Amino acid sequence: MPAYILRRLLQSGLILLGVSFITFFLLFVLPADPVRQIAGRSASAATVESIRHELGLDQPFLVQFGHYIGGLVQGDLGRSYLQKSEVSVLIASRLPATLLLMVAAIFCELVIGLAMGIVAALRRDSFTDQALMMTSFVTVSAPQFVVSLLMLYVFAVKLGWFPIGGYGTFRHLVLPAVTLGILGSGWYSRMMRSSMIDVMRTDYIRTARSKGLTRARVVLGHALPNAILPIIAMIGIDIGVFMGGIVVVESVFGWPGIGQLAWQAIQRIDIPIIMGVTLVSAVAIVLGNLLADLIAPFIDPRIKLK
Amino acid sequence: MKKLLASTALMLALCGPTLAQDYVPDPAAKQGGSIVMTYKDDVATLDPAIGYDWQNWSMIRSLFDGLMDYVPGTTDLRPGLAEKYEISEDGLTYTFHLRAGVKFHNGREMTADDVKYSLDRVTLPATQSPGSGFFGSIKGYDAMVGGTATSLEGVTVVDPLTVKIELSRPDATFLHVMAINFSSVVPKEAVEAANGDFGKMPVGTGAFKMKEWTLGQSLVFERNTDYWRKGEPYLDQITYEFGQEPIVALLRLQNGEIDIPGDGIPPAKFTEVMGDPAQKARVVTGDVLHTGYITMNVTAAPFDKVEVRRAVNMAINKTRIVQVVNNRAVPATQPLPPAMPGYTKDYAGYPFDAEGAKKLLADAGYPDGFETDLYAMNTDPNPRIAQAIQQDLAAIGIKANIQSLAQANVIEAGGAGTAPMIWSGGMAWVADFPDPSNFYGPILGCAGAEAGGWNWSKYCNPELDKAAVAADSMSDPAKTADRLKAWSDIYMKVMEDAPWAPVYNDQRFTMKSDRMGGADALFVDPIATVNFDYVYVK
Repeated sequence: MPAYILRRLLQSGLILLGVSFITFFLLFVLPADPVRQIAGRSASAATVESIRHELGLDQPFLVQFGHYIGGLVQGDLGRSYLQKSEVSVLIASRLPATLLLMVAAIFCELVIGLAMGIVAALRRDSFTDQALMMTSFVTVSAPQFVVSLLMLYVFAVKLGWFPIGGYGTFRHLVLPAVTLGILGSGWYSRMMRSSMIDVMRTDYIRTARSKGLTRARVVLGHALPNAILPIIAMIGIDIGVFMGGIVVVESVFGWPGIGQLAWQAIQRIDIPIIMGVTLVSAVAIVLGNLLADLIAPFIDPRIKLK
Repeated sequence: MKKLLASTALMLALCGPTLAQDYVPDPAAKQGGSIVMTYKDDVATLDPAIGYDWQNWSMIRSLFDGLMDYVPGTTDLRPGLAEKYEISEDGLTYTFHLRAGVKFHNGREMTADDVKYSLDRVTLPATQSPGSGFFGSIKGYDAMVGGTATSLEGVTVVDPLTVKIELSRPDATFLHVMAINFSSVVPKEAVEAANGDFGKMPVGTGAFKMKEWTLGQSLVFERNTDYWRKGEPYLDQITYEFGQEPIVALLRLQNGEIDIPGDGIPPAKFTEVMGDPAQKARVVTGDVLHTGYITMNVTAAPFDKVEVRRAVNMAINKTRIVQVVNNRAVPATQPLPPAMPGYTKDYAGYPFDAEGAKKLLADAGYPDGFETDLYAMNTDPNPRIAQAIQQDLAAIGIKANIQSLAQANVIEAGGAGTAPMIWSGGMAWVADFPDPSNFYGPILGCAGAEAGGWNWSKYCNPELDKAAVAADSMSDPAKTADRLKAWSDIYMKVMEDAPWAPVYNDQRFTMKSDRMGGADALFVDPIATVNFDYVYVK
């Protein structure tokens, strides 16, 4: 097991290096000049060149990338071009909000998604099944902006149950988490449904039933633990997605997460922040997947990590 | 704006380029109260040497002061940290006498050394200030930029309360430069203690001081009880909340939760707000020193022919484009916006005349028109405006293909000179200070026409450049009228050569809660956006 983890971590290091290189390269070839964004509209050519030189952006690509990686291995993500603050500080200030929303949103996704998926699987091909799968289809394809605004309008503005956006208390968390839960639940419900249907067809379920076990025990005690494996892998991916930022929902609900930071940085071509957020998101995906793979053997002892 | 000015002029001991009658305080104003303002994006920086966007511009003005300032709600200069000043006969030496007893937020008294330090800092390449170029007329500037000096030769501390600034050329805009955010006076020890992050830990002499900043969430300013303008500001506290969509901010304003939505009225809601008397009552309208225009690249066919450029000017139906933006603007006749000194009032601009335009095209050798590219930024309403322009051009036989791109890409194409036509919306010029010269150099002068410059027409008229230099040499305040006339003539010549088709001048619409008090002009201040030093809670 430790050898496995070590090997996976080494692989992860290579993946992260690759991600850094590709992102850095794409930002380098982008036909937009970050210096122009800093210099503003009336800077003279001399000022522009001076700022370019100070930032080291007049260096060849490999030299710039070398500098960046050199800093990175020492844990230095650099300073924002526009804000001049350290990127690590900027990201760290957004992490608590992002992590909180991520945990709450995944919880909501699972509750809504698994419940829908299980019910649909058990009532396979019935009207309930079709209605539920239709719903999941709608939630997956619904535009985030519209759903978020709708939730905000109904539950915060009209009914006044929750604050109109913001961050700080549990009541602030509910609406964005539930919105993300609804939006993301479709993936989980569809996955859960098909996984559950497969499991319900297996011999051991038939055996369990013929033993005379209650329906609840069959479903919750035997089928669910076996059907849930693909869901665990999906959570691993979901973590990465959330860490990369949930731009739209964050901005409608005024949630001060990484998504907002990334979005502002992209608009301003603030390369150090874009790089930093990309790397944090990549690390989260890599670790999320690793974690999902490590958890799998505990749920299904047949799986061996090699 | 008139009611802001005293009828019995409080004549000051000096004359600015425009007669500075100082502000008469609102008799109804009272001390106290806290307000909440919202923005979608967090503030990038509050460092006055770095901050250069519409959002931090007014915040920096609340935290810092420069030697010069503006009468609230107007474009008229008034003294700031300098109590008075003298300009030498040749216009090359400015001597500023500082107010005694002005304190930074850290309690230390501000002196002439701080003025010198601040000007050195903003021009030092390591600071990476986008505003460095504004100080180009100070003697020794080139050595600073070239890296051969670390201190401006032209700035001398005469005594703790006197600073002398020598220029290498006469510069009639210099007092404006001393009022721009970039020349704010900052304390050296606070800059050094911030270790490169002064933008997050600002310390100035301004009416407000920073209380706390929770990144991405909120920023709180509190009243500077030691402020040198006694009795100001009125507000105890301003809280800026970030991460709020403009549409959400509007809902919160209606709910009475916030006082000013910083991003304004969302375009999709504009008609609704203006059509509802209760909401419209909360809107204040004012001028912005802005012009939206179409540039035509004069260095390449077909726009190298002046007839073609004039034809485009005559083809554009500006009234309809103003309707496209829900009347949030007024049609423009010339490069300068109406609120700018030097604006030519009796010039009507090119008439909207498609037939006349077609004739001009025929004269230029394009009786059947031609095909070209029109670049525009890809955020609403710019693509819709580009389509309106496209239709107008089609009416005279010009087939314009719209290239709708991200802002940075349009700017890149404009600078490189690869875009035949650009609609400037979303990237257009907003003046840095209220002086007509501000609309010329970088966007219409030869200096801006070089690769990477903001003069996207690549229009370069050496005669006009000379006239501009001559106008800006008239630094004697007594010659202000002559100087404005000279600038008016320059822009009239620009219109004759027609490198631009001016389309409209933006109007500013600020919404405020019912409890906010203060003259309307303070909420659409041409310099500060919202002048927080003077607004109050009823």
